[in-house]
Amino acid sequence: MQQVFKRPTSLKDVQTHFCSGCHHGTIHRLVAEAIDKYGVQERTIGVASVGCSVFLYGYFDIDVVEAPHGRASAVATGVKRAKPENFVFTYQGDGDLAAIGTAEIIHAANRGEDITVFFVNNTTYGMTGGQMAPTTLVGQKTSTSPYGRNKAKDGAPVRMAELLAQLEGVAFSARVAVNSPKNLIDAKKQIQKAFQYQVEGKGFSFIEVLSACPTNWGMNPLAANERVGTEMIDYFKLGVFKNL
Amino acid sequence: MTKRLFVKGNEAVAMAAIEAGCRYYFGYPITPQSDIPEYLSRELPKLNGEFIQAESEIASINMLLGASATGVRAMTSSSSPGISLKQEGISYMAGSELPGVIVNISRSGPGLGGIDASQADYFQSVKGGGHGGYHIIVLAPASVQEMYDLTMLAFDLADIYRMPTMILADSVVGQMKEALIANKRPVRDLPAKDWAVRGKGGGEQRVVKSLYLGDGELEAHNWKLHAKYQALKEQEVRWEEYETAGAELLVTAFGSTARIAKTAIMMAREAGLKVGLLRPITLFPFPEKALLEQTKTCKKVLVMELNAGQMVEDVRLSVARDAEVSFYGRPPGAGSLPTPEELLEQIRKHL
Ligand SMILES: Cc1ncc(C[n+]2csc(CCOP(=O)(O)OP(=O)(O)O)c2C)c(N)n1
Ligand code: SF4
Ligand SMILES: [Mg+2]
Repeated sequence: MQQVFKRPTSLKDVQTHFCSGCHHGTIHRLVAEAIDKYGVQERTIGVASVGCSVFLYGYFDIDVVEAPHGRASAVATGVKRAKPENFVFTYQGDGDLAAIGTAEIIHAANRGEDITVFFVNNTTYGMTGGQMAPTTLVGQKTSTSPYGRNKAKDGAPVRMAELLAQLEGVAFSARVAVNSPKNLIDAKKQIQKAFQYQVEGKGFSFIEVLSACPTNWGMNPLAANERVGTEMIDYFKLGVFKNL
Repeated sequence: MTKRLFVKGNEAVAMAAIEAGCRYYFGYPITPQSDIPEYLSRELPKLNGEFIQAESEIASINMLLGASATGVRAMTSSSSPGISLKQEGISYMAGSELPGVIVNISRSGPGLGGIDASQADYFQSVKGGGHGGYHIIVLAPASVQEMYDLTMLAFDLADIYRMPTMILADSVVGQMKEALIANKRPVRDLPAKDWAVRGKGGGEQRVVKSLYLGDGELEAHNWKLHAKYQALKEQEVRWEEYETAGAELLVTAFGSTARIAKTAIMMAREAGLKVGLLRPITLFPFPEKALLEQTKTCKKVLVMELNAGQMVEDVRLSVARDAEVSFYGRPPGAGSLPTPEELLEQIRKHL
């Protein structure tokens, strides 16, 4: 009999701490599958950010450096410049990357650092209890936007994948989702492509993954998953924005 | 034979970094330290090193964190406002037990202040400038030669103790030119960096982090850091004594102020006044025992600083109980660098 589904080698056999219906776990798996596919586990250095995914090293069986909140792409720059032969990626939330770490991500991208960035957009600050993020949708209620995000005062949600695609240093930029089998298959493909860019030394690759946070959205896992497929994809269009 | 050169203090820092094997520099422009990145942007590429002018001091300290995590020797430099921005990263490096050299050619403040020589960052440097209660090693050069020698030492101490190490100087020592003997890197037994990330490569997973959430974990981690600070106090305290034998007044000053004080003491000695100098070279660990020893016999101490009184607090905590500690200082700014005559007058007043 052939085994058709197994844990990727680069993922540890541990219990998850993510809430049920959270997409972080699925995204971890896709990243791990890509590590396995390209056979880079032994030379991968991951950079963890501050957010619900801070325990990256608890799930991935790879070397990891923990960065201060928002600074993962600067830390990854230091790692990659010192160890160009290593495969280096960051895994950052939307508060981490698109708010406090905006300067770091834009300049790492603009320098064309040869790293891969996984950007998990769940329209909120998951870890700190669901406050408004730069990606929170207009009208979305969070613990710090109790009347809903007000475009006039809070601005419109930031589309990072499109924004970064503008920069010359970026070789690959795409937005994917993991809410349906179809989207998941495509996400897997694009994540592997992002890996390939670095493996081939082609420069900065960026993958935005739309992600559910049922806990802070006040939804059950199914409803949260559905919200990704409707409201979120409606505003954050899936696609490849740069493919050099 | 080692060459005799005539260079600026800032250049001496950059030269020493290269001699110490540092090939990675990350920084952001700010006066009066820009000679350091300018020198390294020219020299590092020739040595297959990496120079990055980052988008901010925040980014550059985090690049240092990343590079240091891989085990290479790396450095950043800045001046006071930029050093403030680096404090978050320094705290993370301290928590993650990462080596790395940070140079502060400090300037006057608070705020934008001015670009004049200053010792107003003493507290920030030695008391843990960021959050969480930690120390870093702080070295205070007073000459171009020391800018070179202490930078070299900083890399070794950082590696031995796995701690961020700071060179705290100002434009007096950074900008002046003096003769320099560019000594070769001393041969030292350094601990293997068996903690550095390298890609598992078949071995055990390595993680560089400062997050400890398990019951008792963080307390244990803090005690471990604390033990290193105690070891530093036992093993790495450095200071200079000048004309202390038979002194009735002990002047204590560091860095640029110590140089001016030394001239004042030479003048005082010529005038027959019994005065000596104790110059802390390591500000952390602080020469507590040396001060206690001196003040067993010399009961008057005059602390001189280019600020309104910072190191004087550590002097007070160190001296013999019956010693009398006075302070003379000037908050830094244009025109406030004291002259030797001014310090001599203070010496006369306090004898
Ligand atoms: C300097 C600093 N500011 C604030 C925080 C508190 N904090 C921790 S995680 C976080 C936001 C996490 O949100 P996000 O990056 O979107 O990740 P998620 O948890 O949603 O995956 C914040 C603000 C911090 N750790 N450090
Ligand atoms: S709070 Fe949200 S992002 Fe964090 S683990 Fe739970 S569902 Fe996932
Ligand atoms: Mg988030």
